[in-house]
Amino acid sequence: MAHDFINGMPTGVGKPFWLLAELTYRCPLQCSYCSNPLDLKNTGPELTTDEWIRVFEQGRKMGAAQLGFSGGEPLLRQDLEILIREARRMGYYTNLITSGLGMDGRRVADFHAAGLDHIQVSFQASSEELNNRLAGSHKAFAQKLAMAKEVKAQGYPMVLNFVIHRDNIGEIDKIIELSIELQADFVELAIAQYYGWAFINREHLLPTREQLQKAEAITNEYRARLNGNGPKLIFVTPDYYEERPKACMNGWGNIFLTVAPDGTALPCHSARELPIDFPNVRDHSLEDIWYRSTGFNHFRGYEWMKEPCRSCDEKQKDFGGCRCQAFKLTGDANNADPVCGKSEHHHKIVQARTEADQLAVGGDAATPLLARNVHNQEAALAIIARSR
Amino acid sequence: MVSPEQIPAVSRVYRLQWEESQQSFVLLYPEGMVQLNGSAGEIMAQVDGVKSVADVIAALEAKFPEAGDLSADILEFLEIARDKHWITIS
Repeated sequence: MAHDFINGMPTGVGKPFWLLAELTYRCPLQCSYCSNPLDLKNTGPELTTDEWIRVFEQGRKMGAAQLGFSGGEPLLRQDLEILIREARRMGYYTNLITSGLGMDGRRVADFHAAGLDHIQVSFQASSEELNNRLAGSHKAFAQKLAMAKEVKAQGYPMVLNFVIHRDNIGEIDKIIELSIELQADFVELAIAQYYGWAFINREHLLPTREQLQKAEAITNEYRARLNGNGPKLIFVTPDYYEERPKACMNGWGNIFLTVAPDGTALPCHSARELPIDFPNVRDHSLEDIWYRSTGFNHFRGYEWMKEPCRSCDEKQKDFGGCRCQAFKLTGDANNADPVCGKSEHHHKIVQARTEADQLAVGGDAATPLLARNVHNQEAALAIIARSR
Repeated sequence: MVSPEQIPAVSRVYRLQWEESQQSFVLLYPEGMVQLNGSAGEIMAQVDGVKSVADVIAALEAKFPEAGDLSADILEFLEIARDKHWITIS
């Protein structure tokens, strides 16, 4: 590694400002774009309350300021209120990232009393029928509406998150209308990224370029009309329609640290899919993990890069893109992210765009759409095995 | 324009906090953080939804007597902070 070490600490390594606690992979919903790993069954037991609190303490000492409670569905953890209270007491800004299923007015109030700062509620669509079909739950939409209203009524800042894909991109105007009606402070219109379950379902999710451009234009019309009043609309463009890769996670092991339900520490929530050993918070301190583990140092700096990244004058801007995407699409995590037009594997991205065009005019998908659940796990893993 | 009798308050979406590890005040909001420079942090730390703009100016001039008249700088900052939705002014 090309870092200078002072007292055993590499200089030039950022602080883990963002700590994401994936409390559980259990979830009542079955969204086909879920970024959780395909292997939902074979991870170790979930961290205990005390183990999580120890992780939060260590992270806070290292400078972490944002703490996300995520999953799976974090509401399934009965100790969530305790975790919120402890984290808030340490000075974290606490974010609950939830489907809303498993919450009621009482629990929203209890979290508020415990010091929760913000709640992000996910929706699948703006209409009940489509939302519930995408979520795989007949009661999801009504519950989400009720909880979004409750979150606002109790004075929280509220973010609404919509993962956008081929089945709901056509109703983006109605999605924005719903967000305005619910008085969201921020709305994430996040075009699906293809990791975990979303990757094996990509054929069914990737919108066409035309659909995407239309959706972005509609979003811009609403921004102009709202003129700073109402929700702030955050349109997250998909890298599949770019010619240069995203600066994934602002750099590997730079500001972001995820802890998976079983305690595995990861530089991003997809890194589990890489053929790299990552340390567990049960065995090592967060400081050792962040500064000294081989997993976290693996893609820091530029020494690991191959061509065309190594000699590229944009490498300090995008760090070669996403390591998980490079591995999934080229079989080698050291390669350039194939989103990059300079990558010799870029044709795989172009091919996915072509498939999206064909499917949009009624073509047949080569793989079935698989809802995210343990019953589909074997089929999902088989698709991945075939693609290698 | 911001006038002296008005009362600034930190917006509901933000939380102001001293961060020991950054040696600065920060504004925390859903999934984000703004690191404030020294003078911005000192001004924001006086914004409590009770003190008027005139009170904020008086408090800071008392805290930093060697700095002289701070009112123009403080008014300018409060306008920027309002435009960024960090504070509301009533």
